[in-house]
Amino acid sequence: MDFNLIFSQAITQGLGVQAVIFALAAIGLNVHFGYTGLLNFGQAAFLAVAAYGLGVTVATLGLSLWVGVFVGIAAAVLLALLLGIPTLRLRADYLAIVTIATAEIVRLIVRSVTLRDVFGGSDGINRFADEFYALNPFAAGLTLGPLNFSRNDLFVVVVGWVLVLVSCLIVFLAMRSPWGRVLKGIREDEDAVRSLGKNVYSYKLQSLVLGGVLGCLGGFVFAISSQSVQPDNYGTDLTFFAWAALILGGAARVFGPVLGSILFWFLLVFINVALTEAVRVGYITFIDGTQVGQIQFWILGLSLMLLMIYRPQGILGDKRELAFDVK
Amino acid sequence: MDTTLRPGPRIRASHGRFRPRAWGLLGVALSLVALLIGAAVVSAAPALAAKDTDGVIEGTMLDPEGQPIAGVTFTVSNAAGFEGFDTTNKQGQWEIPIPGPGQYVVTIDTLTLPEGVTLTDPQRTSLTVNLLSASKTVAFPTGEADTTTESTMDRFLQLATDGLVFGLIIALAGVGLSMIFGTTGLTNFAHGEIVTLGAISTFVFNNMLGLPFVLAVALGVLVCGAFGALNDWGLWKPLRRRGVSLVAMLVVSIGFGILLRYIYLFFFGGDTEQYASYSGQAGIAIGPVDITPKVIVGSIVAVIVLVLTMLWLGYTKTGKASRAVSDNPALASASGINVERVINQVWIIGAGLAGLSGALYSMSVGVNWLEGFQLLLLVFAGVVLGGLGTALGAIVGSLVVGVLIQVSTLVIPTEMKNVGALLIMIIILLIRPQGLLGRRERVG
Amino acid sequence: MSSDDRQLAAREALVGVAQEPGVAKPDPILVADGVERQFGGLKAVDVDHFELQRGSITALIGPNGAGKTTFFNLLTGFDSPDNGEWTFNGRSLAGMPAYKVARTGMVRTFQLTKALSKMTVLQNMLLGAPQQKGENFFAGLIAGTWRSQEKANTARAEELLAHFKLDAKSDDFAGSLSGGQRKLLEMARALMVEPDLVMLDEPMAGVNPALKQSLLDHIRELRESGMTVLFVEHDMDMVRDVSDWVVVMAQGQIVAEGPPLEVMQQQAVIDAYLGEHHDVSLDSGSPA
Repeated sequence: MDFNLIFSQAITQGLGVQAVIFALAAIGLNVHFGYTGLLNFGQAAFLAVAAYGLGVTVATLGLSLWVGVFVGIAAAVLLALLLGIPTLRLRADYLAIVTIATAEIVRLIVRSVTLRDVFGGSDGINRFADEFYALNPFAAGLTLGPLNFSRNDLFVVVVGWVLVLVSCLIVFLAMRSPWGRVLKGIREDEDAVRSLGKNVYSYKLQSLVLGGVLGCLGGFVFAISSQSVQPDNYGTDLTFFAWAALILGGAARVFGPVLGSILFWFLLVFINVALTEAVRVGYITFIDGTQVGQIQFWILGLSLMLLMIYRPQGILGDKRELAFDVK
Repeated sequence: MDTTLRPGPRIRASHGRFRPRAWGLLGVALSLVALLIGAAVVSAAPALAAKDTDGVIEGTMLDPEGQPIAGVTFTVSNAAGFEGFDTTNKQGQWEIPIPGPGQYVVTIDTLTLPEGVTLTDPQRTSLTVNLLSASKTVAFPTGEADTTTESTMDRFLQLATDGLVFGLIIALAGVGLSMIFGTTGLTNFAHGEIVTLGAISTFVFNNMLGLPFVLAVALGVLVCGAFGALNDWGLWKPLRRRGVSLVAMLVVSIGFGILLRYIYLFFFGGDTEQYASYSGQAGIAIGPVDITPKVIVGSIVAVIVLVLTMLWLGYTKTGKASRAVSDNPALASASGINVERVINQVWIIGAGLAGLSGALYSMSVGVNWLEGFQLLLLVFAGVVLGGLGTALGAIVGSLVVGVLIQVSTLVIPTEMKNVGALLIMIIILLIRPQGLLGRRERVG
Repeated sequence: MSSDDRQLAAREALVGVAQEPGVAKPDPILVADGVERQFGGLKAVDVDHFELQRGSITALIGPNGAGKTTFFNLLTGFDSPDNGEWTFNGRSLAGMPAYKVARTGMVRTFQLTKALSKMTVLQNMLLGAPQQKGENFFAGLIAGTWRSQEKANTARAEELLAHFKLDAKSDDFAGSLSGGQRKLLEMARALMVEPDLVMLDEPMAGVNPALKQSLLDHIRELRESGMTVLFVEHDMDMVRDVSDWVVVMAQGQIVAEGPPLEVMQQQAVIDAYLGEHHDVSLDSGSPA
């Protein structure tokens, strides 16, 4: 067993691009669920439309990466409106069903053979981020203790964490304002807020847009870091991972989703690499390499269940101020 | 390899670290699944062993008339630098050994196609395939896209029939989902996994233990009923006792669904398997409609079971009690109904129906670890369409969704058919949030 | 002018108004016509004509299921009627969403108190303040744009809280309040909206007797400060004690109207209650 390798990989990934992607997705979910009480189970769709917006603009239309970023954000806003206008009047559980269905619709559309010329079918779109990497100011990668990033990874990760911090700042500023107070009121009882003359529907829509746009930044990071968008990377599992990270860290806390993503990703990679090592060395003989990958989903499922049952406020949350007793 | 045969204790052991009370109970529920699937491992073992050896990507090249084409060259490559070639033989077959599971790109050399033969999709000369198992068949169709000679009316009848059959499958799963929602308020995102359990356990009884198919299905349904009872008793009832909110329970059900799915994948593997019985049954023509006898029998069974369920709800003591609990649990409890017992029975029946749904569904599509989850959204669509919480609504809504999905392929590409159904669900919610047969709620 | 004088004035204004359902008032703040709402086959609300006297405290009573809360929901935009027109301060409200209705100065409370229990009492109050600059997302990000307004609102909220004797609880979560205190908070929060008409749905339900008297005083004070009050109530003592006019509903319709003491004697009212075997005594005020 190479414990150095296990720790090094876990820490690198815990602070690496995966953690950034899920932190951004979870920050968006936090606006939706943590602060407004909206059960969005289609967060993957916001990442997908951003990633595809970027990919299609650059690879299919041949425009600049920065136009792509703009298109991606516009697509996320549009999706939030399309999703929100019909569904935000619905009960919480209906919203869960509709959002998960919408994410599936988005995935089915981008992977369809019919629209292959635009979205690239199940293969997706590749190599569209050279413009980004051309701006890389780092001369070399980083090896610092257990941390180990290549030159390009380092650039993506630094930009990614800056995005995370900026997002946290926006969430912090928004949630301490009267605007945020209306959202928290809606989370508890939207009829009460309505009776005080607030346009609940509009606030929910704004929350959906804000959370969608913050989440879509994760889509950009995902797309740029791997220089590819593939439809099946944006399935329901991505949303569920973001939920687990949010609840682990603590919903309705500014840094909850960030802490949750780092920890969750560290743990997943740690267990994954440790098991793989154990299999390789021969300590564990009854599973093979493919099955190790499946075990991380057991962990995902179990952590969602255990957290919701035993510690719904997560690490940072305050039990008195929880969104979960919505009927 | 022999440790694979005892998955039950291992799963329990992994739970030992957690608080014993609720988890002991959940552990029991999980071990049941594990034990069930333990049997599946008997057969899965050779498959797992095969993963360590080389695999193969293969295919058969046919011209538009269905005649084999010889001399077509194929290339298989992966990111690790592996590359393999083969040229089709006289039977049109080609076969390229590969080092193991993973992602491969298969490319056809179109220059080696005989003159006058073109691919149906000329752009599709290379394909990315993901191998979870040892072998994979890849097809490159030739000739014009399937231009049908059937009349639109005939196609409509065929599709509507397929849709009704599919709708019955959805309805069987939906009734349980809806009844559980009605009595407990739980939106159960792990309901699809009961459907899958029905399919997998039928597979175990039919293929592994060699039982007759009808008996295998019956046992599969029983297993699901028992699993439903355990579900309620080991997980949901303790959560209700703790006063866990419905939203939290919804998230718990998502977690539980993920856990179950990947336990299935772990033990059953990622391949789609066919039942031993009736798998290659030929269809018979009834007028313009082509249908297999097994589907006819399955659908009749589904109809009978659905009618029996409605009779149970309408005329038996427990059935009526379950409706009373749906209407007003506090009142039902005050009038002497044992609410928890009723809920447990609803779980048994709902899960049993879901199991039947999975068993029947897999007659057509095969047994797959993800089938229930993939069906779940359509089940939700059906249930929401009819009005969440009403059994009759679930049936009507599901039939509508089933027919709609199939018939919509007259105008939209087949791969988009589920998009249409999900869109319809969203539109219905927009116009009539309470569903077709649901009731509106009062504010305040 | 003392509370008694106000009561006298309000009641005097209604002297001479005929005691019949749907009667016209001298100075109506709210006028409703042909408001109908059906649930399935059941007509929950079927109000032909209804007027509410400005500056009065009017009670809406009737047996369970008479349609009182539904009528409230319809008037305030929380439910939409199948038919009907109504105007508030001369402005038509039909088809207007609930939040806009509240902004016109018609604010309601709920039968099951909707204190936002995981926000502090003060945050609850501030949520009621109208036209806050910081409630715009972009302005909200920049504290400078809303800080002074927030200060003014906080001062007003604290004043109201002090008046309702909730000032000591200002920083507590609203969930920690007693049932009666929540009713007070809900009423105080409604006042933050600066309404002309306050509609209270069963303000006495779940309030302990010790608090009832102070709640009654607060309702009278609403009238003293020039507001109109319409409330649904089952507590007949309270109805008799505080209201200037009583409107009786049964089976969705208004069946009687009149001053509190006289209306209880009307045959239609007795029928409405006794026909339902309701356990409310119309004479003595104590349950039969």
